[in-house]
Amino acid sequence: MSQDIALQVNNLRVSYMTGGNEVKAVDDVSFSLYPGERLGVVGESGSGNTTLALALMRLHKPPAYIMGSEAILDGSDILALEREAMRQTRWSKLSLIPQGSMNSLNPVVKIKHQMADAIEAHERGWTRGRIAKHIAELLGRVGLPDSVAEMYPHELSGGMKQRVCIALAIILEPSVIIADEPTSALDVVVQRVVMQTLNDVQEQLNAAMIIIGHDMGLMAQSADRLAVMYAGKMVEVAPISSFFSDPQHPYSQLLINSLPSPEEKRELTAIPGSQPSLLELPSGCAFHPRCPIAEERCEQEIPLLRSISVDRRAACHLVEAQVS
Amino acid sequence: MKAKYLLEFDNVTMAFGGNKRNPAGVVALEELDLHIRADEPKIIAIAGESGSGKTTLARLGLAMLKPTRGRVVYKGRDLWAMTKEERRDYRREVQAIFQDPFAVYNPFYTIDRLLMTPIRTFKLAKDRAQARTMMEEALDKVGLRAGEVLGRYPHQLSGGQRQRIVVARSLLLQPKIIVADEPVSMIDASLRANILTKLKELRDEFGISLLYITHDLATAHQISDQILILYRGRVVDIGEASTVIQNPQHPYTQLLVSSIPRPDPERRWQGTVEISLQELSPSGDRAGCLFRHRCPHAMIECETTPGDYAGGFGQTVACYLYKENGAPALAQ
Repeated sequence: MSQDIALQVNNLRVSYMTGGNEVKAVDDVSFSLYPGERLGVVGESGSGNTTLALALMRLHKPPAYIMGSEAILDGSDILALEREAMRQTRWSKLSLIPQGSMNSLNPVVKIKHQMADAIEAHERGWTRGRIAKHIAELLGRVGLPDSVAEMYPHELSGGMKQRVCIALAIILEPSVIIADEPTSALDVVVQRVVMQTLNDVQEQLNAAMIIIGHDMGLMAQSADRLAVMYAGKMVEVAPISSFFSDPQHPYSQLLINSLPSPEEKRELTAIPGSQPSLLELPSGCAFHPRCPIAEERCEQEIPLLRSISVDRRAACHLVEAQVS
Repeated sequence: MKAKYLLEFDNVTMAFGGNKRNPAGVVALEELDLHIRADEPKIIAIAGESGSGKTTLARLGLAMLKPTRGRVVYKGRDLWAMTKEERRDYRREVQAIFQDPFAVYNPFYTIDRLLMTPIRTFKLAKDRAQARTMMEEALDKVGLRAGEVLGRYPHQLSGGQRQRIVVARSLLLQPKIIVADEPVSMIDASLRANILTKLKELRDEFGISLLYITHDLATAHQISDQILILYRGRVVDIGEASTVIQNPQHPYTQLLVSSIPRPDPERRWQGTVEISLQELSPSGDRAGCLFRHRCPHAMIECETTPGDYAGGFGQTVACYLYKENGAPALAQ
């Protein structure tokens, strides 16, 4: 059974210590990820989704720390691995396309040397010829000509740089890819091409992918399943089509209603208020001050993420009451 | 005499650089004509990909750039040939909202200063009490309570609040036109609708025209009356917002509209789009239709620059596919 799960995250908690206070950026998040699956994680700024990505890669920095959590990848808990073992795991089993990754390329190093770097850090025995061949093949996979290998980052457009970053992420054929806002700051057409490339590559490897972002449109276009984060917690998880046709959590419903559609002009409904500061979270359900249907109970008890049907989970007292 | 148009772009070309080897320089905007009428406030969206010249257009309208050729005219006066008084009025009546609600603030000063500066510069208030009332009213118009915002520093406010304060600041000056360059692209989805609704209210309640510069066609469709599509510095498509988006005619507009990531998993992108190396780093060659290298309908004719033709749904399209329709009906 566990063979069928690419990544199992249990009770992930990431906190920041600031001025003696503990701020929970990711609070008790659990999910499983299946091979070949694309899980979208949406959330507004400050909802904890980027922290989630960094924590899974163990690239978070103090004052952030992880407590009492586990993340099982290929039989071992990556949150408990020794430093060297984790270094080995990164890129070969689990890779990250960081936010604004196209700016993460070194401006004074040719693309081929940057790609060779990643290979040499993991595969000591490879000859130069083999590395060069592999780089050409990877560039081909992301739809770039071989000549890109000889170029410097400034010679490439944003979309091409982003595709180089995708090629870098799949260099060692990982089983899990985490893409943090893979297309932010790209134009619509380029965004579409980059997402296509990313999806193609992920399908070829049959890798599981976590797509982190705030663009619901992009999620609807690529994800198989969607998880919604609010103030550090996962508040709803559902297959993509049932999420959009029948959102359960009031936050999800409002989020969908606030999206403009190119098909019709309708009044957009904004969600009242704004995201709470993680330093002073409201009591009970963190969403209750903005929720149109909040009850007394919502101010007191924190709702848990519970199953509401075979493949859906939601964290809301009212949804829970409806189901039972 | 009252001018018929508030702001006019009269055959405006903007080129950067230029030297002996390449006398034309890099053309960011080419022979643009755009007229914003004085009698009815409108929201005009300027859309296109990065490098299409949309920000250049905004900067020309705000007199931050001087056109290489052609004129930008406000109330009948060339922006670059104004008297001191005319320039003052222009500065007051044409306001800007920028993309980044973080970068426009000086982190060392409270919000009060941002709002006080225009009041002082244009001597809008007689005394402190009146200035305070004006600030409160302006904040109220954008749905913020003065008590929550005044006296605070920028870092204590969210992106959405900051962007609304910028709108409030423009309102203090009772502008005629606001040039908004990607005002919501850095705002979270749940607050985006809020800002967009406010921008619409500016037109409906205060009679302010808006140049809405964006790459997001879905929001452009949502709030604007007219859409103008730019491609590498040329206007390729212009018309009523719903016409341009719902019946896209120019092949580039069609590509843009079909690439909008619709928030609907049942309507995913169809087919694949390829972008070749050459298209992504276009040469300086500006002969013929600039879109022809990416166009599925490219013909031999496209080697020469197309004129404007009627698109069939009321829009004006710069594409030979519509040559048979003849010239567009007299626009505006």
